[in-house]
Amino acid sequence: MAYALQQLINGISLGMIYGLIAVGYTMVYGIIGMINFAHGDIFMISAFIALIAVILLSLGGLMDGPAAILLVLVISMAITALYGWTLERVAYRPLRGSFRLAPLISAIGMSIVLQNYVQVSQGARVKPLEPLVPGGIEVMRDGAFVVQFSYIQMLIIAVTLVVLAVFTILVTRTPLGRAMRACEQDRRMAALLGIDTDRTISLTFVIGASLAAVAGTMYLLRYGVIDFYIGFLAGVKAFTAAVLGGIGSLPGAVLGGLLIGLIETFWSAYFSVQYKDVAAFSILAITLIFLPTGLLGRQEVEKV
Amino acid sequence: MTPAAAVRDAAIAALVAFGLFAMLVGLRTDVSPTGGLFLRQRWADVALLCGIVFAGRLALTLWLGRRALRPSTGPTPLTLQLQRLGRFFAPAMLAAALVLPFIPGIGRYELDIGILVLTYVMLGWGLNIVVGLAGLLDLGYVAFYAIGAYSYALLAQYFGLSFWICLPLAGILAAFWGVILGFPVLRLRGDYLAIVTLAFGEIIRVVLINWASLTGGPNGISGIPRPTFFGLPFSMSGGEGSFAGFFGLEPSPSHRVIFLYYLIFFLALLTNWVTIRLRRQPLGRAWEALREDEIACRSLGINIRDTKLSAFAIGAMFGGFAGAFFATRQAFISPESFTFIESAIILAIVVLGGLGSQVGVAVAALVMIGGFEVFRNLEEWRMLVFGAAMVVIMVLRPRGLIGTRTPTIALKEKRIIGKDLVGEGRG
Amino acid sequence: MTAPDDRRPRSEGDRRHPRGMILEVAGLTMRFGGLTAVSAVSFAALRGEITAVIGPNGAGKTTLFNCITGFYRPSSGAIRLHRTGELPVDLHGLPGHRIAQAGVARTFQNIRLFPGMTALENLLVAQHNKLMAATGFGIGAVLGLSRYPKAERQAIELARHWLSATHLLDRADDPAGALPYGAQRRLEIARAMCTEPTLLCLDEPAAGLNPRESEELARLLQEIRAQGTSLLLIEHDMGVVMKISDRVVVLDHGKLIADATPAEVRADPKVIAAYLGEGEEDEVEA
Repeated sequence: MAYALQQLINGISLGMIYGLIAVGYTMVYGIIGMINFAHGDIFMISAFIALIAVILLSLGGLMDGPAAILLVLVISMAITALYGWTLERVAYRPLRGSFRLAPLISAIGMSIVLQNYVQVSQGARVKPLEPLVPGGIEVMRDGAFVVQFSYIQMLIIAVTLVVLAVFTILVTRTPLGRAMRACEQDRRMAALLGIDTDRTISLTFVIGASLAAVAGTMYLLRYGVIDFYIGFLAGVKAFTAAVLGGIGSLPGAVLGGLLIGLIETFWSAYFSVQYKDVAAFSILAITLIFLPTGLLGRQEVEKV
Repeated sequence: MTPAAAVRDAAIAALVAFGLFAMLVGLRTDVSPTGGLFLRQRWADVALLCGIVFAGRLALTLWLGRRALRPSTGPTPLTLQLQRLGRFFAPAMLAAALVLPFIPGIGRYELDIGILVLTYVMLGWGLNIVVGLAGLLDLGYVAFYAIGAYSYALLAQYFGLSFWICLPLAGILAAFWGVILGFPVLRLRGDYLAIVTLAFGEIIRVVLINWASLTGGPNGISGIPRPTFFGLPFSMSGGEGSFAGFFGLEPSPSHRVIFLYYLIFFLALLTNWVTIRLRRQPLGRAWEALREDEIACRSLGINIRDTKLSAFAIGAMFGGFAGAFFATRQAFISPESFTFIESAIILAIVVLGGLGSQVGVAVAALVMIGGFEVFRNLEEWRMLVFGAAMVVIMVLRPRGLIGTRTPTIALKEKRIIGKDLVGEGRG
Repeated sequence: MTAPDDRRPRSEGDRRHPRGMILEVAGLTMRFGGLTAVSAVSFAALRGEITAVIGPNGAGKTTLFNCITGFYRPSSGAIRLHRTGELPVDLHGLPGHRIAQAGVARTFQNIRLFPGMTALENLLVAQHNKLMAATGFGIGAVLGLSRYPKAERQAIELARHWLSATHLLDRADDPAGALPYGAQRRLEIARAMCTEPTLLCLDEPAAGLNPRESEELARLLQEIRAQGTSLLLIEHDMGVVMKISDRVVVLDHGKLIADATPAEVRADPKVIAAYLGEGEEDEVEA
């Protein structure tokens, strides 16, 4: 029981990170119908920016307290957003409205570029970072087993919930959100009605990248070890989460992220760590066989 | 655009570049001997990069205009020329490939590159059946390559079977797995299919890593038997029973390389031949029809599931053949050779070459893989350039190098069909 | 032509004498969530006739059509195909491609050709099952060891026949997507006919055609009927409907309101009311 509770806490905090990345996938998919394969690498870049920011702040003696963490988060979000914007501008916008596979290949190319760019500029070695937010509270004790709810996990859950709340308001209540949803429904019609679709799509990438930056920063704080390759697996998992939840559905992305996080954690805890990825992917495949558009995805009606 | 506006535009681009590069290039994190992290500053590099962006952007807007970056799907003078040359181009390439080992100056290194390129040509042609003809987006093709390679390695290791028996078995096993995977997932659409195939590729790799008792885990399998010339081994001793001894030749290590070269050449040609034949058959036409309009296919009584499965299985089979070849050539395989990036590269070859175009795929494999090898001295920059090349080619030619389709049959004459009419599949 | 008393096979008693029937629709209902698009519709299409289904927009015609051709699975009711000398086939519950194999071909309201393939290739794809059997399911054909070449020659002959019947012979080697609109409509009919159907279902074949093309279409449909294929069509162009149909079935709000000859339907006050109620009197000009 205590063991399961601990896994639940771990699973939810991991799932939140996946969920944040998955939202970026699902937003881009919803609005321009493409798999932004480089999104996982945007996440990886954000973790590196956060790492550099942490070191910079420590050099200035400022890396202390919640304000410093907030500052790191803001720096990482801002610069990663710029990466997201540039990515769309350079690799996707010229391909808008063309053949479906072209942006996908371009995205895979960008993913290779970003990975190797970080490898060249930051080196291939793993970067370890001392834990910045140590400690936690003891939730319950069962014999020798102590259920620990660490501060960093609390931070992840709290920050994710706040960010997602702000994001939900942004999408449902603001003119920008309305423009995004309009573009999602019918981009040409939205353009005819005076919506600047290029700007809306750019902003979608900016928002998606900043959410990934939140995830990247949280990942760095939680695990403390990053390298240039973390983006691939996190990206694939998050994309799996987005598809599991029903790609195009924002609540679905968060739900899918949580599910993947929980599946992985529980599978590792009770069965085998080695096959945790197999478990996540198999559940995806099984879900899609019964629900071909994911858990919360709109059922596609075939127009004949 | 006026020069002043162009300069301002380029300045903005340089400013963006500064924002991008300041932290990641300007400050390098390194691990100190004590295990802590410290930063090294490299502002000169940042300045250089910003300068390049400024100059590049300025050059682009001033001299080429914005038109240069607009993708073109229509035939350009280059492709029209290629098409006119096409009739001679493909046979010329074939002839060059055929005599390559005997061209003076072609050594072992060049032949090795030739073998590598031909392996990717074959993989590209195999995937072309799935993606180019049937329009099914498969992001896990490398799984079948891995299944073929491990099938040969394990069958040879455990049962002592020879390469020539294992080769068809490897293809059959890969096709079998193609059917197993395809059966439940082929009714999924587009990107759902893509992610499930990607997941399948990853599952296979994870299983290969973790099932150490069978596959040797991350250490892989070594000592895989090298191919024999239909029973005659390529040994350096030159005895009676060896290739050199049998034909009365001076034993030479290049015999095996040349043999491997012709082996993959033959396998690739087999793939091409089967594809070309199938395209002119009802099955191949049904694949293309499926890519064009699945609903119309259903209304004509075509069993969509079986048709998709056949494409998947045949594509997988050629992947399996290529895998068995890879295993015998390397004599060593490990899961590291079968990562997602391999799938991505093969898919990129198919798309860059032009979906469905056999010649295009061959050219793309030559350019991408050959080019990649030629730029060996770029070292760690090589992959960066490779990825950037993918982006640039896609931006300039989203429908690939050869963006046309040739009809399979005609009453009077076969006229080439522009790609703007040809579908790309939703599956 | 069948005897007059054979023409209203709607009751239980008529079902025992389905000699003249080709398609029987009995109590067909189709619901989408809370919306009932087709409600308890029963009618029959007779062998060797052209049966038209008309009705105002939203009457449920296309839904009915999609149920018959297997694109929707009806909520309840039965659809049966009666072929000469064979047992009736229940079409409801069959997967789409099996319905086509049973002998029901269709065209689409928003033309669905294979645009990147030539007209001839389109017609050969339509003969897929026949040709596939001749190739020994692919294997023999690759090796060149089969009766495939002969089968293909025959298939090309059939294609040539329908290309010339639809005046497309000189466009045979053009990609379908490059043909003008009217030619695409005709090619779709030719493609459906290449499956050698017993029943051809046409979803608004005259939509978007000019009067001359409509004339030609009417002639083509009559020719198809003369060659022994029965037709079921949804049509808005009353000129075409009244001229060529042997029988007209009228739907309104998902219910059947009339099933009679064109002349009777034209005079039926319920039909007129249905159209006038929609405020589209120009549609019944005929």
